[in-house]
Amino acid sequence: MRPGPGGCCCRRTVRANGCVANGEVRNGYVRTSAAAAAAASQIHHVTQNGGLYKRPFNEAFEETPMLVAVLTYVGYGVLTLFGYLRDFLRHWRIEKCHHATEREEQKDFVSLYQDFENFYTRNLYMRIRDNWNRPICSVPGARVDIMERQSYDYNWSFKYTGNIIKGVINMGSYNYLGFARNTGSCQEAAAKILEEYGVGVCSTRQEIGNLDKHEELEELVARFLGVEAAMAYGMGFATNSMNIPALVGKGCLILSDELNHASLVLGARLSGATIRIFKHNNMQSLEKLLKDAIVYGQPRTRRPWKKILILVEGIYSMEGSIVRLPEVIALKKKYKAYLYLDEAHSIGALGPTGRGVVDYFGLDPEDVDVMMGTFTKSFGASGGYIGGKKELIDYLRTHSHSAVYATSLSPPVVEQIITSMKCIMGQDGTSLGKECVQQLAENTRYFRRRLKEMGFIIYGNEDSPVVPLMLYMPAKIGAFGREMLKRNIGVVVVGFPATPIIESRARFCLSAAHTKEILDTALKEIDEVGDLLQLKYSRHRLVPLLDRPFDETTYEETED
Amino acid sequence: MATATEQWVLVEMVQALYEAPAYHLILEGILILWIIRLLFSKTYKLQERSDLTVKEKEELIEEWQPEPLVPPVPKDHPALNYNIVSGPPSHKIVVNGKECINFASFNFLGLLDNPRVKAAALASLKKYGVGTCGPRGFYGTFDVHLDLEDRLAKFMKTEEAIIYSYGFATIASAIPAYSKRGDIVFVDRAACFAIQKGLQASRSDIKLFKHNDMADLERLLKEQEIEDQKVKLKYKYKARIFLEESLSFGVLGEHGGGVTEHYGINIDDIDLISANMENALASIGGFCCGRSFVIDHQRLSGQGYCFSASLPPLLAAAAIEALNIMEENPGIFAVLKEKCRQIHKALQGISGLKVVGESLSPAFHLQLEESTGSREQDVRLLQEIVDQCMNRSIALTQARYLEKEEKCLPPPSIRVVVTVEQTAEELERAASTIKEVAQAVLL
Repeated sequence: MRPGPGGCCCRRTVRANGCVANGEVRNGYVRTSAAAAAAASQIHHVTQNGGLYKRPFNEAFEETPMLVAVLTYVGYGVLTLFGYLRDFLRHWRIEKCHHATEREEQKDFVSLYQDFENFYTRNLYMRIRDNWNRPICSVPGARVDIMERQSYDYNWSFKYTGNIIKGVINMGSYNYLGFARNTGSCQEAAAKILEEYGVGVCSTRQEIGNLDKHEELEELVARFLGVEAAMAYGMGFATNSMNIPALVGKGCLILSDELNHASLVLGARLSGATIRIFKHNNMQSLEKLLKDAIVYGQPRTRRPWKKILILVEGIYSMEGSIVRLPEVIALKKKYKAYLYLDEAHSIGALGPTGRGVVDYFGLDPEDVDVMMGTFTKSFGASGGYIGGKKELIDYLRTHSHSAVYATSLSPPVVEQIITSMKCIMGQDGTSLGKECVQQLAENTRYFRRRLKEMGFIIYGNEDSPVVPLMLYMPAKIGAFGREMLKRNIGVVVVGFPATPIIESRARFCLSAAHTKEILDTALKEIDEVGDLLQLKYSRHRLVPLLDRPFDETTYEETED
Repeated sequence: MATATEQWVLVEMVQALYEAPAYHLILEGILILWIIRLLFSKTYKLQERSDLTVKEKEELIEEWQPEPLVPPVPKDHPALNYNIVSGPPSHKIVVNGKECINFASFNFLGLLDNPRVKAAALASLKKYGVGTCGPRGFYGTFDVHLDLEDRLAKFMKTEEAIIYSYGFATIASAIPAYSKRGDIVFVDRAACFAIQKGLQASRSDIKLFKHNDMADLERLLKEQEIEDQKVKLKYKYKARIFLEESLSFGVLGEHGGGVTEHYGINIDDIDLISANMENALASIGGFCCGRSFVIDHQRLSGQGYCFSASLPPLLAAAAIEALNIMEENPGIFAVLKEKCRQIHKALQGISGLKVVGESLSPAFHLQLEESTGSREQDVRLLQEIVDQCMNRSIALTQARYLEKEEKCLPPPSIRVVVTVEQTAEELERAASTIKEVAQAVLL
């Protein structure tokens, strides 16, 4: 490709007959190279934002095409109508009722759970239920073995045929750095510790469940993150729900992102503090909330807030977006708030050395007050941690609910975390960790680029290994999952209520264990299925981020 | 012609006015007056915005000082320095460098260092690796989990069971899945912290009844019935029962089936039994079991189930093997009961300490007979006893609570745990050591 007269931005292909082509027709849409280049450079320039970012921040959420939105609503409307019809038939016993019912002796008790909550489950979820809870019987690496299930009553119950679908490409497990392995140094170390220590602990951290292994782990985590001290817990979900109440209480304010995970929401609610939501990743919205909070104080009494805590995540797993950390830190410093960063998906997966989103932006870990993360995704183990200043960790050791009432981590799991973390840090003498981090970054860029070129709508940041592919219509959720499984690829599809009702999506989780061949196979099949189901909605109309009109935020307050 | 039609329409209108019923006219009249009032009344803004200038706002922002993120913790806080256990927390435990006999871990059936359990876990590790890398809904369901759920349901003789990856999260996720705002829950005062958090998350009304006092519970149910005016302790007042069996699973009953087996109650009468696998089963995690109607709901509404990674398969395999062992030797439960009775009797009559707990329970408390008046002082005294016992190779621990967060804070105490692995001599030695130390410290 010789650089054309437009300079390096425009690539004008020279055709065989010597003419310079101005653009190409792809998928029915004429796409000129100049327009595409201009759009790309626009994004690049607009998000530099005054030098806070040392690298381009390319995040895009293409708008839903109007026709697709209308058809999606129509689809849900038809399903709801049929749902009411089926309920009617079941009520009058014309149709057999498959789901479990209340005991005869207890029929006149107050109902145990809400019926309307169940309408969606009975009539929409049940139809495509075979796409979830697929049982596997091998290690969840790049390829996995799935147990085959058959249903003879439209997904109300499943029977296992006894067959195992072997070697399914796994695009659903959170195995970012490929540590989900049943061979290798991590597994051997864990096996040794299992022989020595056993599996359980049978006590809490504050009583007699604090093993020397736990102390070793916490010291290593602190070194890995670059903070003063750290503390580890047995469950990632519980890390949030048990420690946020220990940090804030009544009279404090929590500013939480719109799309925060259920564990953060639960922790915030249990704390008793006032919660205000700001628009997803929108810094103007956050700044306005901060300003108003400090200027106007608590509602009605106007007393000043005791403290303000900002809850954000490193990578949002449903959107694939990365938090705008440099701007959040700048705001936090200006308004003297505290920052709680949940790096469940980003630790190990982002950054040149795999130290997470702080490393990715090249910032100082001391700027984040509470760094929380989980060991489930990139370390192939389970559990969560919190890192920060020594006073914070001392306080959590004495006041965290988990330290007092919950059993500590199991020793072989701890050993797996220690070994994998040492590997990522390069302390085990090999460069395996560095290679994995680089491989993941390459896989991410390659996969996203190819999918965008094919014409799918892909949400999120270009560097995030979580890749949501939009499906929109309810029937396509089921169809996509099943078609991909037929072609030996296991994907995760998500619909309501995890996403807004018309924005159902398929979510791919890339892994360093995926080789280029695996990705190419997967991409070929996705291409085929995309054509079959007509999923290539993209019109390449990427909305540059700061151009979105910022409307007056009226915040919703939820007080408990 | 136009005026004629106009007049004619007018006549019709006037006629309609005469024929309309009176209340209709009055209503219309009131509405018209109301509209006039609204049009002329002063509008007021929904949100009071005091007129602060930009400069004043900036000053306020400058002046505001938040509290420190966490208050400083005094260096001698009793819970700050943990005991460090080197090696496995099994029957002979090495605490802070001293080898002791373990009277503090909830390892009731001694399954923590059972070689069969370890072998099963090792086989699972070699097959599946350590973590599951996903929640149950997204390729995190292993065949081991399905096996464990089946086995637990069969063991407890219920229709279905569901497992969680963390013991605390089990009951704390189960309660809010069923009980929401507007529901009423009757809870024992001494309910554990996990139950309290589950109740807090559910936002239901909570009524506490005195510990183990059925008369008090009946009184509360009667009061509620009067309020509700509903006709007709479970079938009479139409309440459901959720039972939390973390400490009684694998301990009570002929086959370790818990409280229902112990009292001979039909398991179908209990709506939900929740227990954690971290005590008798010496694994990690928890489970709920009951009828399918009840349990299946949690698969979509249990927060700790849907939004969290599943239990590592090696822990599930260890739990299955532990269940196998429990089913093969039902004799251990009787042995455990006997040991409990023995040490309970041996610890009676220590001057200064009283034994709190049933003689059947393998975990009971030693509280100060007379409190010194301040909780801190009590805690210090008990810690002194614990430290001296550790010096004499008996590992004990104080029962830890979050003092500001518990609803009904129990008095400070030392928890003594009896396990199947403790021999009769060790029990005797423990009893005499505690007696000596208590005498030395408290008198």
